[in-house]
Amino acid sequence: MLLIPCPFCGPRAQIEFAYGGQSDIVRPKTPDAASDQEWAEYLFFRDNPKGSHRERWCHRDGCGLWFNLLRDTVTHRIARSSPVDEPRGGNA
Amino acid sequence: MKQRFSFGALVRGAAGGHRHWQPQWRTPAMKRRYQVIVVGAGGHGLATAYYLAKNHGITDVAVIEKGWLGGGNTGRNTMVVRSNYLFPESTAIYDLALRLYEDLSRDLNYNIMLSQRGIVTLAHSRAELDGMARWATALQVNGIDSEIVDRDGVRRLVPTLKVADDARYPVVGGFLQRRGGIARHDAVAWGYARGADSYGVDIIQNCEVRDLIVRAGRIAGVETAQGVVEADSVALTVAGHSSVLAAKAGFRLPVTSYALQAFVSEPIKPILNTVVLSPVTGFYVSQSDKGELVMGGALDLYNSYAQRGNFPAIEGVLSSAVEMFPFMSRLKLMRHWGGIVDVVPDSSPIIGKSPVQGLYLNCGWGTGGFKAIPAGGFTLAHSIAHDTPHPIAAPFALDRFATGALIDEAGASGIAH
Ligand SMILES: Cc1cc2nc3c(=O)[nH]c(=O)nc-3n(C[C@H](O)[C@H](O)[C@H](O)COP(=O)(O)OP(=O)(O)OC[C@H]3O[C@@H](n4cnc5c(N)ncnc54)[C@H](O)[C@@H]3O)c2cc1C
Ligand SMILES: [Zn+2]
Repeated sequence: MLLIPCPFCGPRAQIEFAYGGQSDIVRPKTPDAASDQEWAEYLFFRDNPKGSHRERWCHRDGCGLWFNLLRDTVTHRIARSSPVDEPRGGNA
Repeated sequence: MKQRFSFGALVRGAAGGHRHWQPQWRTPAMKRRYQVIVVGAGGHGLATAYYLAKNHGITDVAVIEKGWLGGGNTGRNTMVVRSNYLFPESTAIYDLALRLYEDLSRDLNYNIMLSQRGIVTLAHSRAELDGMARWATALQVNGIDSEIVDRDGVRRLVPTLKVADDARYPVVGGFLQRRGGIARHDAVAWGYARGADSYGVDIIQNCEVRDLIVRAGRIAGVETAQGVVEADSVALTVAGHSSVLAAKAGFRLPVTSYALQAFVSEPIKPILNTVVLSPVTGFYVSQSDKGELVMGGALDLYNSYAQRGNFPAIEGVLSSAVEMFPFMSRLKLMRHWGGIVDVVPDSSPIIGKSPVQGLYLNCGWGTGGFKAIPAGGFTLAHSIAHDTPHPIAAPFALDRFATGALIDEAGASGIAH
């Protein structure tokens, strides 16, 4: 069982959370001009790294808020958890 | 020439104390150059090599594996084979696989222990049964055997299943593919390995592919733990590691890697002679020839390369098991394990060309690619030999995510494994 630190409620059991996949996926800024490939990248293509992954979780059965987690996909070690509106910046 | 397996060979072997059996494949030294390199010696990679040699006469092939052959998902899966998918494109490829499986023991001269004991998919509500009627009819239109069974029919097939109205998940009926069943997973890997090896294919184990060498948009070879090897064509058949290798060649895939777990109980006397699957609970079970109940369920739903699962998924699967089959509460688990599966948004595979010339893909089988091994290898070998997709694999090209021609089995049949 993962122990996930919600930035608002503190560490809680994994079963309280819903997973939302890769963070920081940006919708094409000019939708009319975006190519089919750009739409495909936005909708379907993902980084899927073996190692450090910046991902989105929702504290579904707690505060209900979404946040970002920096987690290793091999060891499941969690390096950082931050509110979803925190800019990507240099931290995570 | 390879030793052939037969009743006569067994009798002769017995007379000689079984000392004449030889290794089933060579352990060759890796050459510096091959016509085709297949990365990953799972079922799909080994079958690709076998059909390259057998159907297309291409024998200058290496299959390069970081661990031992068949040690990935091919040796970790729950062995269910069936072809009851919804869409015609899926029917075509999964039934090609099942038809090849039906003849594979003879073709390979290797017993893959295919047991077509049928697979029952359970409906727990009227609405679900109506959906299954549509599903089963679509299958019949596509030429696949399938039939609807009512509650009594399910009870006759699976007497130990709790079907009554007061069950947490009452069973109202289901549908049956009699040609479905199980096949021995290791034997599929070993049989294809032996077959490919007998044509001269080099299977190189314990040798990780660390990088892909791309020159001017074309694949030139691979960098391995034992140095650089050149090739005209390279095929990636690495399941959960497809994104990792694609990144080495400079592109991304619509693939997410998850851990999927499986469980076996202690062996018991024969009690279940078909495969049972419940889409609602996600639970499915069959009984192995050794008597163990082989069980599986839902994914651990977050990206993982850990090849081990987590307790919430274990609890989910086992609570479904004891709810549906109360007698199972008295069984001990012998083992459980996980594999890293390559899940694609429409739950259909990706077969054929990649953005890099000469680099081919066979991935995205997710939780259900064991049943597809013969067809994955068959169609990928064709795609490599002719540099054009096999007609049956053409709908499963990577570009479907840009054209929008998805084959949405995830939404349609909503089933795994
Ligand atoms: C628990 C579980 C239950 C399942 N149950 C079923 C089922 O009942 N029915 C069904 O049809 N399917 C099932 N599946 C899915 C099925 O197992 C897979 O879809 C199928 O085995 C994939 O075969 P493959 O050859 O593509 O991959 P694999 O067998 O995983 O082979 C890929 C190989 O590539 C190697 N590799 C990876 N990276 C590298 C590298 N860099 N260099 C060299 N080699 C590398 C790996 O070591 C591995 O051996 C299940 C999967 C799991 C995990
Ligand atoms: Zn919270």
